[in-house]
Amino acid sequence: MSVEPVRGFGFSAQRRWFADLLDSDIVYSFWQSKVTVVAALVTLIIVLGAALAPWVAPHDPFDLKTLSLLDSHLPPVWQKGGDARFLLGTDDQGRDILSTILYGSRLSLAVGLMSVAFAAALGIALGLIAGYAGGAVDTLIMRAADVQLTFPAILIALLIDGTAHALFGQYTTDSVTIWVLVLAIGLSFWVQYARTVRGMTFVEKNKDYVLAAHLIGIRPSLILARHILPNVIGPVLVIVTINLALAIILEATLSFLGVGLPPTQPSLGTMIRIGNNFLFAGEWWIAIFPGFTLAALALSVNLLGDWLRDALNPKLR
Amino acid sequence: MLAFIVRRAFQALLVMIVVALIAFTLFRFVGDPINQMVGIETSAEDRAALREQLGLDAPVLVQFARFIWGAMHFDFGASYQFKQPVIDLFAERFPATMELSFVSALFSLVFGIPMGVYTALHRNSWLSGFLLTVSLAGISLPTFLIGILLIFLFAVTLGWLPSFGRGDTVAIGFWTTGLLTISGLKALVLPSVTLGLFQMALIMRLVRSEMIEVLRADYIKFARARGLPDRIVNFHHALKNTLVPVMTIAGLQLGSIIAFAIITETVFQWPGMGLLFLRAVQNADIPIMSAYLLLVAFIFVVINLVVDLLYVVVDPRIRIDMRSAVMR
Repeated sequence: MSVEPVRGFGFSAQRRWFADLLDSDIVYSFWQSKVTVVAALVTLIIVLGAALAPWVAPHDPFDLKTLSLLDSHLPPVWQKGGDARFLLGTDDQGRDILSTILYGSRLSLAVGLMSVAFAAALGIALGLIAGYAGGAVDTLIMRAADVQLTFPAILIALLIDGTAHALFGQYTTDSVTIWVLVLAIGLSFWVQYARTVRGMTFVEKNKDYVLAAHLIGIRPSLILARHILPNVIGPVLVIVTINLALAIILEATLSFLGVGLPPTQPSLGTMIRIGNNFLFAGEWWIAIFPGFTLAALALSVNLLGDWLRDALNPKLR
Repeated sequence: MLAFIVRRAFQALLVMIVVALIAFTLFRFVGDPINQMVGIETSAEDRAALREQLGLDAPVLVQFARFIWGAMHFDFGASYQFKQPVIDLFAERFPATMELSFVSALFSLVFGIPMGVYTALHRNSWLSGFLLTVSLAGISLPTFLIGILLIFLFAVTLGWLPSFGRGDTVAIGFWTTGLLTISGLKALVLPSVTLGLFQMALIMRLVRSEMIEVLRADYIKFARARGLPDRIVNFHHALKNTLVPVMTIAGLQLGSIIAFAIITETVFQWPGMGLLFLRAVQNADIPIMSAYLLLVAFIFVVINLVVDLLYVVVDPRIRIDMRSAVMR
């Protein structure tokens, strides 16, 4: 009997929390900005299309049984020679472009999300440690960050990728390639998180609540995870959104350069690489449609990140 | 001032040593150099002899010292795939990359600064809105996609400009230049626009925001109150102060232009160092990778250093800040 009121309270609190959210400044500023709403809509469509690809795609581009070379190089439906089965035409192997885009966005988004998660986890951990420990540890981590910051992310990612190729040589299978990509992109983005978190940890660690926690004998690792982390996580979320667009573009660039995902597992970048070979033959649809999807995705996520940065910055209100 | 220069130069040296350490680790420990040089039939004794001959059995520190000594004399070893000294391969391609990078940097400055000034002065005009939207696209779109779109439009559909290579080049001493022939200039247009577009958008946005900030300053209000014409206030008083931070960013961007040339050179099959580096990454040609890393790091560090020092020369306010920073 005693459980009942507690559960009821929890439910209404949840509801109130939701109502508060709908009523908050952030949601208000979201609906006020038309560009942001459109960007969110475009992102949502692409993410849903990618997530539900196996159910919404008209064809399965990985099912070799259904592919026919007779269907290759078909233009989009509205052009002369188009086939009603393939809305946006087909590529050189007879894969439906629309379906490949849906599956390709899936891979692009997956690699982007995983590498940003990896970069954030690594950067936050190192930032917390550097900020809390101070001294030599701090100097070591932040100098490494400084050196890395001298170089553009694309160069770092290419170097890591090339090194991995040299280390694994011919043994690189398709599944390994994805993880190499995640590692390469993640390692080229951690610095920004580390710098932000370290700066804030520096401020937080001298506040009374941390000193109190320290005084009652809580372990440093627990203080960092339970007490400091929740207080420094806000700005990190903004970096995550902006980095997501960068990570998706970086993955596409690496795949386009031929050191990313292989043609058997085409991401958007790989598709553009394939299509680039047929551009001169006038078969523009193989490269242009995936390119358009990539551009729309990157631009929308960027706009969402811009909006989030402004919305969370109290100075701009 | 001298203390600042020394400190700054010391930092630069430290960065170079760290990068050299990474490059050496790559060079020496990623993949076995001997395996790359000999065939499968080579006997173990021959391998050992070669190892000794190349000095690969010496202590690691000695090898590192030799590596640095070699790098200082432009000796980066031989490429695995080309079987040629890396430095010869670089020398051949260096002019192509440099010409492309400088023309793109010039393009981004010549268009970026006036566009930034215009959008700052006429904030509500439709042209400003248009330019800002274009610049957002320039920042968000991946370089290779811009390159492909330009090729599709100007090379495939309209047939105005070539889509690959450098065109005809003229050799002046060791330097080959495409700037003196018509086909060379035509070949330069699409790659340099592709490479410079991102920087142009960045510089335009930077000039715009700096200029808007400067225009709010008191001394601008006073200049207007004194009755000076708009033209003089805008261009003599405001623009001059806007350009100080722009100069820094533009200098630093030159470094990233050289790095981003990797992508542009691949799209346009431009015979430069970036294309060579990408081939090396694809084929795990470690000597080229480590030499490229060293070279790019050196260019970056030098640019950083020059920009920092120039900043102090140009803007007297920083000299005071810095003096207190050094004393601390």
